[in-house]
Amino acid sequence: MTIAPPRRAPGRAAALPGSPGPRSRKPRRVFAAVMLTPALLGLVIFFVYPLIASVYFSFTRYDLVSDPEWIGWRNYEYLFTKDPKVWTAALNTLWFVVFLTPTKIVTALCVAGLLARAKRAAGFWRTLFYLPALVPPVASVVSFVFLFNPGTGPVNQILSFFGIDGPLWFNDPSLAKPSLLLLGIWVMGDIMVIFLAALLDVPTEQYEAASLDGANGAQKVRYVTLPNIVPVLIFALITGIIAALQYFTEAAVASGVASGKATVGEGTGMTLGYPNGSLLTFTEWLYVRGFANYQLGYASALAVLLFVVAAVFLVLLLRKVSAFNPESRS
Amino acid sequence: MTMTETRRLTAGDVPKRTRVRGRKSWLLWVAENSILCALGVIFIAPVIFVFLTSLMSSDQTLTGALLPDPWRWQNYADAFTGTPLVRWFGNSALYAVLATVFMLLSSVPAAYVLAKIRIPFANVIFVAIIVAMLLPPQVTAVPVYIMWAKLNLTGTLWPLILPNLLGDAFSIFLLRQFFLTIPTEYIDAARMDGCSEWKVLVRVAVPMAKPGIAAAGIFLFFKAWNDYFGPLLYASEDPSWWPVSYALATFRGTHGTDWGLTMALTMLVMVPVVIVFFFAQRTFVEGITLSGVKG
Repeated sequence: MTIAPPRRAPGRAAALPGSPGPRSRKPRRVFAAVMLTPALLGLVIFFVYPLIASVYFSFTRYDLVSDPEWIGWRNYEYLFTKDPKVWTAALNTLWFVVFLTPTKIVTALCVAGLLARAKRAAGFWRTLFYLPALVPPVASVVSFVFLFNPGTGPVNQILSFFGIDGPLWFNDPSLAKPSLLLLGIWVMGDIMVIFLAALLDVPTEQYEAASLDGANGAQKVRYVTLPNIVPVLIFALITGIIAALQYFTEAAVASGVASGKATVGEGTGMTLGYPNGSLLTFTEWLYVRGFANYQLGYASALAVLLFVVAAVFLVLLLRKVSAFNPESRS
Repeated sequence: MTMTETRRLTAGDVPKRTRVRGRKSWLLWVAENSILCALGVIFIAPVIFVFLTSLMSSDQTLTGALLPDPWRWQNYADAFTGTPLVRWFGNSALYAVLATVFMLLSSVPAAYVLAKIRIPFANVIFVAIIVAMLLPPQVTAVPVYIMWAKLNLTGTLWPLILPNLLGDAFSIFLLRQFFLTIPTEYIDAARMDGCSEWKVLVRVAVPMAKPGIAAAGIFLFFKAWNDYFGPLLYASEDPSWWPVSYALATFRGTHGTDWGLTMALTMLVMVPVVIVFFFAQRTFVEGITLSGVKG
């Protein structure tokens, strides 16, 4: 791969022999505008407009057949005072925010720490721990529901070998979420790779200096490693929280597969939350109200609430935007 | 400086760490490696169990046996003959390939402009892209769904493919980060030599950003291949439009308790992704590292 130098004197430069000063910036501006237009249109059509429209629809009753009807704050009144399941759903999502994100980060950090020290076969280990993150989520959930199925699943087979009576896992309302936590640990590879890169980026001189000052292993971790990787940790935590707020696929597929019922099309709404509402997440509830019951106005109110919560974390992240963009600090 | 050197220096290659030779005890070494091996076994076990079960007959999966007896490769053939699997794979391929091609056409030029040309409101646009990329898709799902319903395209995968013609926020972000690592001198030199802006992009910037473009392409391909929420929203009513990962989610419900067949299908859904990974491993790791932001 090489960069081919322009082979002949370009026409435009030849047309302006000896023209002094920098060439006109105008063609560059036009080029930039033309190249950016599709993406800007995309931002307006699929991001700015839907955000505004969601707020509008949240004040209406709308079923896609008749026109939206303005009903003021009634959707929000219903949301905060009457909706039978919204708090179950919100608390389930909160559970994933509180437990799933930190669990994944801590596991990923520990594994990355081990890998950063492993000299032999580092590539092999990295691939092995990363691969589960690649497995399509639907496939990994189906696999886990099978592995943990109470009757004949390998996990309970192995437990019974040790004389332990295995629990119901995905079929037990109190264990369904922790079971998904185990799945979350299995697929922590993408965060792990980021942590590993950050750990390997810590300047060796700092460790050497710490050694000279007589620091022991734990002190080196505390005073050299941690300060160096804190920005990456914070980034992983905030994006992890935003991901947990929209937790949908894993919970929905686990419910469908564990319940063993047909989950086709409209039927998906029936199994969501199985067992006993323990896996009903906020975004699932939004889906049920909006797209199984066609209460698009009410679903918009749920979407606005989700946006408000996500926005808090987005703002936290944007404060760190200089981490993305060293030039934009001005 | 040759191209390869530039790429090494800029593409976030994981450097081999030269470690201080401390007096790390042999015991610690043994402990660390035992933990690694134990973790490795735990991480690989699920796939092995799924593979073994995919070779069991429906009756045998109910006995709780861990090894198949006999090894029933027929399950894989049954997965193809008993279900519209070819169609489902075709739908996944259509969705993933078109989405990726469309994304590259729209996002590569946009990312280049954002990284390398001074334009007004660049920061505002960049912040909008970050917010768009992180915003839960469910927040905007209702108005977007209504839009596609008015265009009569719900019930197909087109609402998931076509938006990529207008750029994908995460891809633009990732590509921009990659274009930023290309030294501006190369671009200025090409301009001095009289290249038009378009030629600078096509002849200089794109060849230098190949690893980044590959990473963005593969990420979007996988995102589409793995997508569940999108097909559920737009194509769930019509099995002839199902992508294979969505079909897998509905499979056990419609095929009772045949774990053997379900696991065979699960393996078939996993395999293409793993194959692509092994061909593009380097690109992958670079891409993830880059998207992960070094503070």
